[in-house]
Amino acid sequence: MSGLPDVVIVGAAESENVGVVPDQSQFQLAADSVLRALAQCGLGIGDVDGVASTLQVAQFAHHLGTRPRWLDGTGVGGCSYMLHVRHAVAAIQTGQADVVVVAHGESGRSRVGPTLRVPDMASPGGQFELTYGVAGTFSSFTIPTTAYLHKYGLGEEALAEVTAAQSAWASQNPRAFRGKSLTVDDVLASRIIAWPFHVLECCPVTDGGGALVLTSAERAADLDLTGPPVRVAGSGETCEGPGASFMEDLTTFRGFRDSSAEALRQADLTVADIDHLMVYDAYAHLPLYGLEDIGFVGRGEASAFIASGATRPGGSLPMNTNGGGLLYTHTGQYGMFAIQEAVRQLRGEAVVQVPDVRTSLIQGVGGMFSAAGALVLTTA
Amino acid sequence: MTAKPRPVPTPDTQFYWDRAAEEELWLPRCDAEGTVFWYPRDFCPSCGSRSVSWVRASGRGTLAAFVVNHTPHPSYAADGPYVIALVQLEEGPRLMTNILGVEPDPAQLPIGMPVEVVFEDRGEGLKVPQFRPVAA
Ligand SMILES: [Zn+2]
Repeated sequence: MSGLPDVVIVGAAESENVGVVPDQSQFQLAADSVLRALAQCGLGIGDVDGVASTLQVAQFAHHLGTRPRWLDGTGVGGCSYMLHVRHAVAAIQTGQADVVVVAHGESGRSRVGPTLRVPDMASPGGQFELTYGVAGTFSSFTIPTTAYLHKYGLGEEALAEVTAAQSAWASQNPRAFRGKSLTVDDVLASRIIAWPFHVLECCPVTDGGGALVLTSAERAADLDLTGPPVRVAGSGETCEGPGASFMEDLTTFRGFRDSSAEALRQADLTVADIDHLMVYDAYAHLPLYGLEDIGFVGRGEASAFIASGATRPGGSLPMNTNGGGLLYTHTGQYGMFAIQEAVRQLRGEAVVQVPDVRTSLIQGVGGMFSAAGALVLTTA
Repeated sequence: MTAKPRPVPTPDTQFYWDRAAEEELWLPRCDAEGTVFWYPRDFCPSCGSRSVSWVRASGRGTLAAFVVNHTPHPSYAADGPYVIALVQLEEGPRLMTNILGVEPDPAQLPIGMPVEVVFEDRGEGLKVPQFRPVAA
């Protein structure tokens, strides 16, 4: 439609181990993933001329042994990888790079070679949020939810439905960190972290890595691929405020609305065309916001939609089919794993495979309702 | 015991914290548009005007959203569960705050509840704006 050449994902791999990986550093997790992804497309380090990562990108590009002519160190939180893919597509289309690797590695749980994060009490979020005893993302990313529940007359179970539905996927996935089948009552009986959120409505903190290899569809045709290429049909990115308190409206995230709309517009698709959905779920309210903000359901209708079974196996809109960040894994910047699952579904290689997936929308969020990135991936 | 967090003012927020130390709540205002904005900057993020001034807030607002945090920041650990909330001020901006003077029980925290500013002394000249239910 755009007249620009198609860009495809030709390699997509997670690190061998995800979950608790105390014997590997962040660089090891990321490099393991890159080598696995390259092995899927018959390419080597010497072929890579573009590197994007949330790791210190110049250091990591050197660590890999690449000689890049294109770098992207965009670090806007867990959706950074959606932005990396978007930027890589433009770079490949304009000839700035031929083969781009997007890499994630995070030792969120075991803290082996971690990225240090020091609270910045001079930043807007530091001065006007952290001052009030925000102990972690669970105690501030979650705050707008009570405004949402109040507006639509919903109770705590609206959140619990999200986890229960995703457990129908996670319980069939041996790699899931939380692999039990869960009912709404199980979720509500779990320990309260920050009311109305229970521990099973908050992501675990894990270790893991993931990597993508992108190139032009033209180049991909000459490669020996282990799986079908996946086309990046559309993408979007934006940001709102530096934290949850700065949202324009507590009951809807403009970041989700704008980035998904742009991705769909670019792909020349509507929500009715989407077979499979990943919505970044560090906490259980995010799939509710995502379903409504992207436009799959009307305002206030997301929890009833999930409770109806629509997002479970066999439903009309399979969502978070790896179990999501809540149950599958959440290293800290989960977005890479959402993209990995969408690619597996489009290749027909998922652990819990949805039949005939031809289009997938992946909606990411970075920070706490701060940045957003969306991708529409399709079969090539 | 760990001291509660201390914001580090920047040149464009210094006035806000200086007034808070005197137990007054002031908000930044765009002179060009006559509108209050949040958070403090030396220009208006709506129209870009550099003509901004400060207006004293009424200190009244309503509870917009909250969590009851059961997993405390180390400096809050002795308090038991505590409320982290967003308060919608009469003047328009929405501020994060704790809700003081109320049981940390969702039933005591209806959305829309009227609240008013109080100032919490964190020592060494720092006072932070906090909110409590308006006495019935
Ligand atoms: Zn203005």
